[in-house]
Amino acid sequence: MAAEQGQDHGHDHPPRSDHPVRAWEKREAAIRSLLIEKGLLTADAIRAKIEEWEQKSPALGARIVARAWSDPAFEARLLADAIEAAGELGIEARGVKIVALKNTPRLHHLVVCTLCSCYPRALLGLPPAWYKAPAYRSRAVSEPRAVLAEFGTRLPPETEVRVVDSTADCRYLVLPVRPAGTEGWSEDRLAGLIGRDAMIGVAVVQAARA
Amino acid sequence: MAERRFADGALVRVRDLAVKGHMRTPFYVRGRQGRVEGCQGSFANPEERAYGANGLPARPLYHVRFRQTDLWPGYGGLAADSLSLDLFEHWLEPAHGG
Repeated sequence: MAAEQGQDHGHDHPPRSDHPVRAWEKREAAIRSLLIEKGLLTADAIRAKIEEWEQKSPALGARIVARAWSDPAFEARLLADAIEAAGELGIEARGVKIVALKNTPRLHHLVVCTLCSCYPRALLGLPPAWYKAPAYRSRAVSEPRAVLAEFGTRLPPETEVRVVDSTADCRYLVLPVRPAGTEGWSEDRLAGLIGRDAMIGVAVVQAARA
Repeated sequence: MAERRFADGALVRVRDLAVKGHMRTPFYVRGRQGRVEGCQGSFANPEERAYGANGLPARPLYHVRFRQTDLWPGYGGLAADSLSLDLFEHWLEPAHGG
């Protein structure tokens, strides 16, 4: 395989990392080299796709949540079809189905992907490292209240916790509860309160953050 | 969308199929009983798609909700706490009561 030959054979390798090269990294490098050598992909196409995904951020999701808080009709459309609703704001999210989950004072959703790292990337960007870690993936399903407490999230004791495991072809975006004390705020000001973790469901939105 | 076998509200049990390799049914729900919340549409079967086949015909994918106390012995939260996930139709069979 190309990756097991020396470095001097006509194409670039990724920078040396601070750990021994793992088997899956060798496999990825070998497959990438072959795809480029066969003319099926170009290095620039790979670079452009990485750039595209790394430029998406939770600010996209925050705009959607702020609009839903400000416009009940938009909220209804978001809950019916999140991708169409995102499109209304000029946010392109077509590809994988995305479902919005509405939190209320009585029901709190927490999203996890126990099998890998499925995540609404089109609306939140790339997932944080902890979301992909075995500890979060295993504990979020079996002891969600303990996990929430470790994130500093205290819910009213009577609030139902509903864990949603993104196992297959849908991704989930939590629509957090709008905090008290934000009446009359503009969408931009509201969006400034809404962080990534509240849209995963490990946090709640607090007005004091402003 | 492919014709659905299970209606919203149906009680279902997750089958413990001997599928090897890539599949999207976590072990912690196998043999457990839940309720169909809805259907997400029909999607190509990932167990076949992962190995180069097209996975067609598409199969209904259900959103199924479980009581946490049915999944984890000694679950420490509320009796009302729940967990939901998406399961392909061939992993489900009808359940009764409970």
